[in-house]
Amino acid sequence: MTDTTSNAPTDRARTTELSPIGRFLRDTEIDTRMLGMVGALLLIWVGLQVISSLRLGVNPLDFDSRTFLTFRNLWNLSVQASAVAIMATGMVLVIVMRNIDLSVGSAEGLIGMVMGFAQVHFLIKAVGLELGNPWIWALALVIGIVLGLVIGGLQGFVIAYMEVPAFIVTLGGLLIWRGAAWWVTSGQTIAPLDANFQLMGGGPQGAIGAMWSWIVGLAACLAVVLALLNGRQQRKRFKFPLRPLWAEAFLGTITCGVILGAVWIANSYPWPIGIVRKYAEANGITIPEGGLFIAHGIAIPVLIAVAVGIIMTFVTNRTRFGRYVFAIGGNPEAANLAGINTRWITMKVFMIMGVLAAISAAVSSARLNSATNSLGTLDELLVIAAAVIGGTSLAGGAGTIAGAMLGALLMQSLQSGMVLLGLDTPLQNVVVGLVLVVAVWLDTLYRKRV
Amino acid sequence: MEQTRIPLVDLRNISIAFGGIRAVDDASVDLYPGEVVALLGHNGAGKSTLIKILSGAYKRDAGSIFVRGEEASISNPRDAKKYGIETIYQTLALADNVDAAANLFLGREIMTAYGTLDDVAMEAEARKVMGRLNPRFQRFKEPVSKLSGGQRQSVAIARAILFNARILIMDEPTAALGPQETAQVGELVKQLKADGIGIFLISHDIHDVFDLADRVCVMKNGQVVGTARTQDVTKDEVLGMIILGKCPPGATPGPGAMQIAA
Repeated sequence: MTDTTSNAPTDRARTTELSPIGRFLRDTEIDTRMLGMVGALLLIWVGLQVISSLRLGVNPLDFDSRTFLTFRNLWNLSVQASAVAIMATGMVLVIVMRNIDLSVGSAEGLIGMVMGFAQVHFLIKAVGLELGNPWIWALALVIGIVLGLVIGGLQGFVIAYMEVPAFIVTLGGLLIWRGAAWWVTSGQTIAPLDANFQLMGGGPQGAIGAMWSWIVGLAACLAVVLALLNGRQQRKRFKFPLRPLWAEAFLGTITCGVILGAVWIANSYPWPIGIVRKYAEANGITIPEGGLFIAHGIAIPVLIAVAVGIIMTFVTNRTRFGRYVFAIGGNPEAANLAGINTRWITMKVFMIMGVLAAISAAVSSARLNSATNSLGTLDELLVIAAAVIGGTSLAGGAGTIAGAMLGALLMQSLQSGMVLLGLDTPLQNVVVGLVLVVAVWLDTLYRKRV
Repeated sequence: MEQTRIPLVDLRNISIAFGGIRAVDDASVDLYPGEVVALLGHNGAGKSTLIKILSGAYKRDAGSIFVRGEEASISNPRDAKKYGIETIYQTLALADNVDAAANLFLGREIMTAYGTLDDVAMEAEARKVMGRLNPRFQRFKEPVSKLSGGQRQSVAIARAILFNARILIMDEPTAALGPQETAQVGELVKQLKADGIGIFLISHDIHDVFDLADRVCVMKNGQVVGTARTQDVTKDEVLGMIILGKCPPGATPGPGAMQIAA
């Protein structure tokens, strides 16, 4: 009889042989799903650049100012994507818990109206603050956030403790909050908004300028390096397998490169000539021969969105609350048997969603410099689509914040690209709808293989 | 002789009904330190339901629970864990989308000084306990949905013994295990018994548990047929209890025992 025992050192199944790419992905521990998303985004950007150039009959590599890949367009894109990206981070948690929130667009509308009313009427006429007082924007924002918390808490309570399905509760919310938004001023638009409040919406004033952008970018790079070092230290402490050094260096370089690249783009988009002229007059600067180049830098709404993204990522990955949200999404019964208070966690998730809707309301009403009762109409669908395109599974238990924010950027890229190409609105909707379905189909294929 | 000692757990006259069905009907059973009590019965006899009342998953309609002689108020799983009652559920009750360490510590996470999850410490602990239970287990980074049935079961068992259980409930603990792992669970039961832990072993197959148990308690249609020390009864007699509800002379009859007309 032959000896059937092998000489293999470990007693377990053979690992599959990996191609060089497979080994590279394993060593760097890059999430291949995320890589696919970034690839899709780049593909869309390049595609839109080529199509928009061909329409004009220019070389795509000339980066003509009317094509897609221009500093101005990318900067605007980042600002426009912010509001949806902020809410998408919360929608990830909602969907991970096997719930849905259809009311975010309406809640955004109501909160936008209330904040607009607060800063233009209530805080000035009833409270007596002077026009332009910096407290106005802060108080208006606080009022909005509290309202968001209340709206989310109310819906969360009905869903978690009264056990009405989230779909129904938030469908009701969709109608209720939109109706309530109309009641605030009987449908009148509130404009213009407080000057400080407007900064949250971007524009030449609502950006932090070149120097601060570089400072923020460098600080972010430093944080990336420190995080990598800390991760390595932690693994060493318990003698876990380490990533190869080259992989750590590669990850650090790429991440810092992307951050600094984004800062460079933001810093390459100058103020419009008219605003530069006004600024020069106001500050007594003579404009030199070739014009004065004042960069926008990173827009404040983008900073807000990035900050929200970082906080929400921290909450999902590093806190008990986040762990419980995912555990409940994976197996609600198991989470309950493990002693988790699933109802309270559910309610908290909806409260977070409400607060994020308030922040989005601030950003988008500030960008439009007006509060209308139609603010945020159909945003709930964009937000859900962004989360789902970003890899959040409607079956619950899976999703990432970064993915959802990328999803928001992807949707916004498509939309603004199609506007640039002069597509009709109905056709735009057709394309967005198709992209949503195809993205989820690809995701299903991916999940089967991995 | 055992009457003089205080039972670790004493379930007295427990009843629960779902809709019109009395799933557990006036059932009483007790458990002493270092003892293994097998709860036997057909599918649907009420074993799992009775035990879910003890572990806090269900709220009883009537009856009382005593832990170490004192009346315990158990109305949710957190309460049960406070009394040192740990359960390995038939369904395993694992969150499939997170990894083994996250499941082991679900609800009792190790935190860092800053109040954040200490994943590295949890993984280190998980490696330790899994190393004892199932040395071949290496897949710590993957969600438990990717694990085999036996590996998932060892995660569920590890979770129950990780936190110094005083009372362990094992609901069909070897259902998904091969012969080798089943033997390992048997060893584990003996080891835990030696540590003075009381164990409820639930099974519908008496061959699995007869050799491990000190006593058997048979249920039928929600009622206790009878309780017996394994040395006083034969396997066939226990089978008679399970199938017919016939209480042999060596056993103490319960309310569910077949009434002999004669």
